[in-house]
Amino acid sequence: METTATSLPPNPDPCLNVEITPELIAQHGLLPEEYDQILKILGRTPNLTELGIFSVMWSEHCAYKNTRKLLRLFPTEKKDKDAIGQVLVKAGEENAGVIDVGEGWGVAFKIESHNHPSAIEPFEGAATGVGGIVRDIFTMGARPVLLTNSLRFGSLESSQVKRLFRGVVSGISHYGNCLGIPNMGGDVYFDDCYEGNPLVNALCAGILRHEEIQKGAATGVGNPVYYVGPGTGRDGLGGASFASRELTEESAEDRPAVQKGDPFMEKLLLEACLEMMSIPGLVVGIQDMGAAGLTCSTCETASRGDSGIEIDLDLVPQRETGMNSYEIMLSESQERMLVIVAKGRERELEEVFEKWDLHAAHIGEVKEGDRMVVRHKGVVVADLPAKSLTDEAPVYDQPTREPAHLLKAREWKIESIPELASDGVEGALLGLLKHPTIASKRWVWKQYDHMVMSGCTVEPGSDAGVVKLSIAGINKYLAIANDCNNRFCYLDPYTGAQIAFVECMRNLACSGARALAVTDNLNFGNPNKPEAYHMLKECVKGLADACAHFDVPVVGGNVSLYNEHGEGAIDPTPVVSMVGLIDHADKVTRSTVEEAGLELLLLGGLPDELGGSYYLQTQYNQKEGTCPKVNLSAEKALQDLLISQIEENKITAAHDIAEGGLLVCLSEMLFNEAGLGATVSLADHGPSDRLDALLFGESQGRVIIAVKKDDVNAILDAAKEANLSAISLGSSNNSGKLKVEVAGSVVLDADVSGLKNAWERAIPDHMELA
Amino acid sequence: MKVAIIQFPGSNCDWDAEHSVRDVIGLSAGRVWHKDPLPEGVEAVIVPGGFSFGDYLRCGAIARFSPIMEDVKRFADQGGQVLGICNGFQILCESGLLPGALVRNDCMEFRCINQALKVENSNDRFNQDILGAELTLPIAHGEGNYRADEAVLAQLEANNQVLLRYQPNPNGSLNDIAGIRNQTGNVYGMMPHPERAVEDHHPCLDGLPVLRAFLQPLLTSSPVELSA
Repeated sequence: METTATSLPPNPDPCLNVEITPELIAQHGLLPEEYDQILKILGRTPNLTELGIFSVMWSEHCAYKNTRKLLRLFPTEKKDKDAIGQVLVKAGEENAGVIDVGEGWGVAFKIESHNHPSAIEPFEGAATGVGGIVRDIFTMGARPVLLTNSLRFGSLESSQVKRLFRGVVSGISHYGNCLGIPNMGGDVYFDDCYEGNPLVNALCAGILRHEEIQKGAATGVGNPVYYVGPGTGRDGLGGASFASRELTEESAEDRPAVQKGDPFMEKLLLEACLEMMSIPGLVVGIQDMGAAGLTCSTCETASRGDSGIEIDLDLVPQRETGMNSYEIMLSESQERMLVIVAKGRERELEEVFEKWDLHAAHIGEVKEGDRMVVRHKGVVVADLPAKSLTDEAPVYDQPTREPAHLLKAREWKIESIPELASDGVEGALLGLLKHPTIASKRWVWKQYDHMVMSGCTVEPGSDAGVVKLSIAGINKYLAIANDCNNRFCYLDPYTGAQIAFVECMRNLACSGARALAVTDNLNFGNPNKPEAYHMLKECVKGLADACAHFDVPVVGGNVSLYNEHGEGAIDPTPVVSMVGLIDHADKVTRSTVEEAGLELLLLGGLPDELGGSYYLQTQYNQKEGTCPKVNLSAEKALQDLLISQIEENKITAAHDIAEGGLLVCLSEMLFNEAGLGATVSLADHGPSDRLDALLFGESQGRVIIAVKKDDVNAILDAAKEANLSAISLGSSNNSGKLKVEVAGSVVLDADVSGLKNAWERAIPDHMELA
Repeated sequence: MKVAIIQFPGSNCDWDAEHSVRDVIGLSAGRVWHKDPLPEGVEAVIVPGGFSFGDYLRCGAIARFSPIMEDVKRFADQGGQVLGICNGFQILCESGLLPGALVRNDCMEFRCINQALKVENSNDRFNQDILGAELTLPIAHGEGNYRADEAVLAQLEANNQVLLRYQPNPNGSLNDIAGIRNQTGNVYGMMPHPERAVEDHHPCLDGLPVLRAFLQPLLTSSPVELSA
């Protein structure tokens, strides 16, 4: 060491005055070279409190040390500066990104994972996941207007999975319902790879005026720093570091690292903060205490504000006695915020919090310089350069190696699968409709209050959830969709990630919404394993290229690594979520057919690929094959056609072909009014010349639309002009049957009610008999 | 303001209720904070849905002690019109303004669905002639299972105090009860959310006649005031 800075005085709690040994460093998840860097930054040995602070701030969860370089591949703003949806706050700048939605309004939205806590304690883990993402949104100054979730579980045959599934859904329901933010459902997949490591990704979107955007920066030397919200306890100690490790049999012992949520407290905090932020000029900076609690909020606000910050832990409200500086700084007690307020206006803040019966404690102030100084019982217990915690965290580019199964997937031949005979079609269709990934998720979303705020326009279960922005007094509709089929990402990470992107965007287009921006949640395995890092890197590249092609930027998101349990890593799961806007009630489109006598058209051509499909899963228990191709230009032409025809009121229903293929898509479109049916006739087996690939293949860029007879020709002409295949399949009727003919012979003639029953009952039957 | 919407810290249907009365029905309405007095000149009170004080103990058990509830009780005693929706219904029961209690749904889960309801011929405002024999309204609650002792139930039935019944029953309520009134006919409570079924983007418009039935004394006795 070149210079040796003076050591800090001993901590008032003697048990913190320990020697920093290599074991202690390793326990804090820091590598020896990372510790050397800390020594260099400080010019002295850190004490235990400081080591804890570095440990959480330099964890993957806070510092993105294994992904920061990759994330730079994402476009963060729109190339077309005249388009709607310009980025007002970019990814990584603040707690959440914000995009312009016109007329002076903005939408803040973000997705975040709570996978590890939910694996250990599903109810609290999922509940606090909702709490955390909601705080990120209202910290921006936005009124939250919708929630969704992207959930992944193992097979529902397992009683342990049922416990996790039930716990997660009731945790989300408990927290979100109490807050009174409509939960529009989201997506739920079931796959063995998530056994023991479920994914719980929570998304929140909020609305605000441009001028209401708040910053998470501590500026203005002398401005007071306030702690608002309930007292700090010992719960959630070191949660950020916990989330940056693999789950093991012993993880249950980490239960203290799981936080406990109090949605009522969050509701108070939400309303008090929005009320406080509505007072002009009062709030200088605000940041929630999420991962790494008080530590993260103080050093990040100071770092963003190019300031120093000083806090006194004696002034921090505490709900347990005898807490030391290590515990207070690293606690992840929920529902707390750090607020920097204009000096001299403290009373205005305090009055708002008194009204809502919440603590508002003046715990420190903004200082000159760049240090984050923490005092406890009159002693300086930490003194660190704030930026060293946020900007100087190590960044790694890990080695990669292509997993062996990718080559096998590319070389797979469809001929390895026996041909499907026409008498096997109905059984195969029922098998798909019963698969929990495809089956109705009503069991989930009937536990979520999706109608509060009076905005729900398209209830969960359609291609996208749609809410009217009534609460802001705007006559527009916000659409939200999440997507990610892990099977495709497993077989071909680059293409699989692109499929997640185009499918999410297609879901919005089917509902009449133009996609504005993306928030993504990258759920992957241990980045130190070259195979896992290869999958991560390829997924990010695929996603980044798709974003660039469609000029849809990424405005924020989250990375969750170390998703491993027992057998190995989860399948790569880069969850893509997009918000879109619909200008008028007439343009809101659903995935279900409303009446008989409508023409059913297939856009995008006959499906002809079977690789990675749920058909292979349900018929042959296989996760194999070549991932379907993605044609970004064709996809864009399809979505542009959908939106333009919806805007001309020519499409009455639209549903994309996804998991389960053409027949599942058709069936779901009829699961609306009792008695509806359809007769469909296909001239031949399509390019693959195979019944299975035609009816159950998951080729991309396909949508079935329902159209009034009078509008058919106009649509066919428009499709021709867009150089897009459009085939008339048949029409809806009142037969109550789905009848399908291929090359002159009937391959399916099934009661829609029977198909619907299989689809509706699959999840309840698993859960109610549990 | 003619219609006061009571706002507890955990209310979350307060805006929805205000919006439906003010912007859809066209009566002047405003929110009143639970620590403030009930303003002079108020002609109807709505206790909206939500989770008044978190409701971890028993729904509405803490809200009944809020300062505003003294005023609401006085208002009701003087014949003022009071409607409790969802959590508001729970609070009115806890406060003794309506008989009975609401406990956990028998399915032990929260239920948010469009619920079919049978309309009872309760009085000159709530009856099948005005509302039709059947309605569909959204429900969204975890504790909507209506309980009362036999004597109270018998009295409710004998006096035609039941307003709405579930068909089918989603939560285990005795006698399928979804909503009731007091004997006098000025205090109303229901688990379904009429304020969520008043606009074109809602599942249906069946909430409008229900809210109008409750507000009928205001809609007929005084000129309709449109808010600014």
